[in-house]
Amino acid sequence: MSWGWEVLRAAAGTVIIFSGVALVAAMFGVLLERKISAWMQSRLGPKHVGPQGLLQTLADTIKLLQKENIVPTRADRTIFASAVIVVPLAALLDYVVIPFGTTRSGPLIFRDLNIGVLYFAATSSLVVIGILMAGWGSNNKYALLGGLRSAAQMVTYEIPMGVVLVTVALLAGSLSTVTIVNGQSGPHHLWYVLEQPVAFVIFLIAATAEVNRVPFDLVEAESELVAGYFSEYSGMRFALFQLGEYGEMFAMAAMAVTLFLGGWLGLPFLPPVLWFVIKLYAVIFVFMWVRWTYPRFRIDQMLSFSWKVLIPVSVLNLVVTAFFVIVVRR
Amino acid sequence: MSGEAVVFYLLAAVTLGSGAVIVTSGNIVHAAAALVPALLGVTGLYILLNAEFVAGIQVLIYAGAITVLILFAIMLTEGGTGLGGRQRNEQTAVGAAVAAAMAALLIAVAVRTNWAPPAAGATLPSYTPGAIGQSFLGRNILVFEGTSIVLLVSLMGAIMIARRED
Repeated sequence: MSWGWEVLRAAAGTVIIFSGVALVAAMFGVLLERKISAWMQSRLGPKHVGPQGLLQTLADTIKLLQKENIVPTRADRTIFASAVIVVPLAALLDYVVIPFGTTRSGPLIFRDLNIGVLYFAATSSLVVIGILMAGWGSNNKYALLGGLRSAAQMVTYEIPMGVVLVTVALLAGSLSTVTIVNGQSGPHHLWYVLEQPVAFVIFLIAATAEVNRVPFDLVEAESELVAGYFSEYSGMRFALFQLGEYGEMFAMAAMAVTLFLGGWLGLPFLPPVLWFVIKLYAVIFVFMWVRWTYPRFRIDQMLSFSWKVLIPVSVLNLVVTAFFVIVVRR
Repeated sequence: MSGEAVVFYLLAAVTLGSGAVIVTSGNIVHAAAALVPALLGVTGLYILLNAEFVAGIQVLIYAGAITVLILFAIMLTEGGTGLGGRQRNEQTAVGAAVAAAMAALLIAVAVRTNWAPPAAGATLPSYTPGAIGQSFLGRNILVFEGTSIVLLVSLMGAIMIARRED
C-alpha cells in the first residue's frame, strides 16, 4: 500500500466525515430537535422555509456564514480562535471507528482499528480541552464558569463511561467495534442491551453528560450562564461549536447502537445500513425526549450522582461480568 | 526519503515546536494548551511504531485527562488570568545541571542501542491489550501494585490537604 494513496484516502475520508456530520448530524439534528421540542410542547416548530420547514437550518447556516466574527477586546486571540477548531475536530475523529453497515466486501467503516473502543474514548475526551480553551479565551466570567463546570463534569462522567466500555469489550473479547457488533449475532448471542441492561443505562446517562445535554447542561445553562463557554462566539464560529456538539451527540448515539443495539444487525428485509440509521435515530430521539422532559440538575447533585452511584454500580457490573466471562462461560 | 521518514520528521517537528512553546511562553495557559499538540505528536510516533494501544492510552490519559487537570488548576488559581508567573527562579543552575545529566543519559542510551533491523522471520513483541494485561498481572505485578499504592497515597494526600480546615 503506497503512502500517496493512504494520504489521498485520509483526505477523502475527512471530507466525507465532515460533510456527512455537518449535513446529517448538525443541520438535520438541529431541525429534528426543534421539531421534536415543538411536538412535545404542542407547538408547530419551523414551518415556513421549504416544505414543512425542512430548509430552516440551511437558511440559518447561510445567515450565520454571513455574520461578522466578533472577538472581545481583551480576549486571548490565539486561544479564542483555536478552540473553535478543537471542539468539532474531536467530534469528527470519533467517526473513524464507527461501523455504519456491512457490504459484500466487508464492514462499512473508515478503519477497523483493533483498539476501536479505546480510540473512541480517547478522541471524545479531547472535546473538553476545546471547551476549556473557549471558556478561558473569551475573557468572560460566564464563559469561564461554563468551561470549568464542563471540565469537572466531563472528567467525572468519563470514568463510568470508560468502565462500561471495558465491560462490553470484556464480553466481546475485543476492542474492535466490528468484532463487538459481530459478537451480538448468531443463535447463542443476544444484543448486549439484553445481556448488559445496567451498562446500557449507565452508558446513556454518561453520554448525555458528556455531550452536555439536559439534565446535565450546567455548562451552558441559559438561566445562569448566558450560553456558557460559547457566549462570546458569533457567526460561523458559533455554528462550528454547534456542529461539534451535535456531531458528538450523534457519535455517542452511534456508539450506543454499535455497543448495545447490535449495530447494523437486523432482519434481512432492510439493508444493514438502513437498520443502523433507524437505530441511530431511535437513540437520538431518546436524547431529545429526555432533554425536553427533565429539569436541570444542580452541580453538586450531578457530581455526587456520578461518584456515588454511577461509578460504584458500573464497577460492580464490571466485576460481575468478568466473573461470568471467566467462570461461567468456560 | 520514504513516507515513513516524512511522517516521522513532521511529527517530530510538531512535538519539538510545541515543546519550545511550552518552555518559552510567558503565558501559562498558552504553555498548557501547547501540551496538547506535543502529546499528540508523541502519539503519532507511537502509531508509527505499531504501538496502537499505547497511543490510545497516551491520548486518553495525557491529552484528555492530565492536560485538562492542568488547565483546570491554572484557571481556578491566579484569578483565571494565567499571567504574571516568573519563568526563572534561583534554581536555574541546578535545573540546568539536571537537564544536562538527563540529556546525557538519553543520548548514551540512544547511541548504545542496537538499531539494526530484526532478522527476517523475527516477530514483533505483541502489544495487544491482552498481552499488556497479562504482563501487568503476571510478571510485572509488583510494579503494577506499587504504582496503584502511589496513586492511592496521592489521592488521600490531596483530600487531606483540601479538607484540612474541617
